[in-house]
Amino acid sequence: MLELLDINTFYGNIQALKGVSLEIAEGEIVTLIGANGAGKTTTLMSICGAVPPRSGEIKFEGRAISDMRPNEIVALGISQVPEGRRIFPYLSVAENLDMGAFLRDDREGVKKDVEYIYGLFPILAERRHQAGGTLSGGEQQMLAISRALMARPRMLLLDEPSLGLAPLVVKRIFEIIRKINAENKTTIFLVEQNANLALKVAHRGYVMENGRIIMSDRADQLLTNEDVRKAYLGI
Amino acid sequence: MDYFLELFLGGLTRGSIYALIALGYTMVYGIIELINFAHGEIYMIGAFTGLIVISVLTLLGWNTVAVIVIAALVAMIYSAAYGYTIEKIAYKPLRGSQRLSALISAIGMSLFLQNYVLLAQTSNFLPYPNLIPEFTFVKPIEHIVRSTEIVIYIATALVMVGLTVLIKFTRMGKAMRAVAQDRDMAMLVGVDVNRVISFTFIIGSSIAALGGVLVASHIGQVNYYVGFIAGIKAFVAAVLGGIGSMPGAVLGSLVLGWTESFFTGYISSDYEDVFAFIFLVLILIFRPAGILGRSQTDKV
Repeated sequence: MLELLDINTFYGNIQALKGVSLEIAEGEIVTLIGANGAGKTTTLMSICGAVPPRSGEIKFEGRAISDMRPNEIVALGISQVPEGRRIFPYLSVAENLDMGAFLRDDREGVKKDVEYIYGLFPILAERRHQAGGTLSGGEQQMLAISRALMARPRMLLLDEPSLGLAPLVVKRIFEIIRKINAENKTTIFLVEQNANLALKVAHRGYVMENGRIIMSDRADQLLTNEDVRKAYLGI
Repeated sequence: MDYFLELFLGGLTRGSIYALIALGYTMVYGIIELINFAHGEIYMIGAFTGLIVISVLTLLGWNTVAVIVIAALVAMIYSAAYGYTIEKIAYKPLRGSQRLSALISAIGMSLFLQNYVLLAQTSNFLPYPNLIPEFTFVKPIEHIVRSTEIVIYIATALVMVGLTVLIKFTRMGKAMRAVAQDRDMAMLVGVDVNRVISFTFIIGSSIAALGGVLVASHIGQVNYYVGFIAGIKAFVAAVLGGIGSMPGAVLGSLVLGWTESFFTGYISSDYEDVFAFIFLVLILIFRPAGILGRSQTDKV
């Protein structure tokens, strides 16, 4: 479904991605793990068009998207839950959800999806008139995921959804990620520093170091891999 | 009492005029954090465009009300085209570079437009015909308020209502708010940020042009330099109210208008501009974010 072919991405003169290739099939949960600064977020930024790669190719369903602008890529069905959640702080919870559905014209469908989201996260229904910036970290993460879902994406990019959240909240978020994948058949690309957690929900995983993919395998294989365990699982 | 009322209404007129210009400043600042110093020139170009249309249509013998309405509309469209073009050639290429670069580009644009109009038109003050009809109900209070001023109040009020509806309820308005709060994230939910920025310049410029035509009609003359002082005052008003906030721009404009009006009326008319800027300094010392401005601390 999504294919990265030997992409090189730069911030000014600094090369953040060095020949990254990876592939995600429809319906999969694929995770990208690695240390801080390995280039995980940059990989997502390259996919969504915010920091386009200088060379290499990105294909979504066989179509080259490396030259497209972010808003055009969203329209193809790729939604992002960015690092740090990036909730619109002065828009209400309901308006934040509405922004997620910005490109959709089917009012009825949007309404139904909002109800679905409120069923998924009842706390958001309670706070629907509250400004997004006043929510707790966990609630904001729920809202960020919900906002991305409002676009009815076929592929969801998640950047560090566990960052800075209490363990119980993290558990709930990951349950939801699994549920979204199982029920809606949404393909998920999950970037995480918490490798243990990520590899438990994912089908396959890639390991990144210094802007390169150094390993890829089935998630359960990576979980038991000696090198991975030492470097990323702290065992 | 009559004198007080006169000063009050005079302040309201000034405030409304400042508001029509300040709204454009604050909208642009809210979206791209740029003080568009060429905004005052847009206002001036609006006034000149109106004058040209008025001259032509009057020569053709058109009805005066039709002339002023058409002149205002043409001025708005023409100035909107200017605003759109200025953004495209002077600001867009600098997006992503230091904020100072865009600011200097804005000042350059302002000087360029002033001198362009100076060369294309004249350095003299041109008389501006007032085609706004005298309403009969204003006759008894003519010494306090003129018909033109009432038209200015109404126009400003309509603009405010229109903008509020636009920002609160339309798709473009939502996109504008989202871009103002987090431009990158707005892009990631599918907002075409370039379109939103262009739209903001178009709306802000056309409102300024409307102000230009009304004020020139009210004052009775225009030259290439009128945009500078009006622009600076409106900028003060926008900062006073809290730059980036639209209700703040209107409130700041009214506060500034009344301050100027009462100080000049009761103390001395020689120091009109001095009062305005003393007021600005005081506000900046005691409330740097402006009256309705949000403090920047919560911006990550």
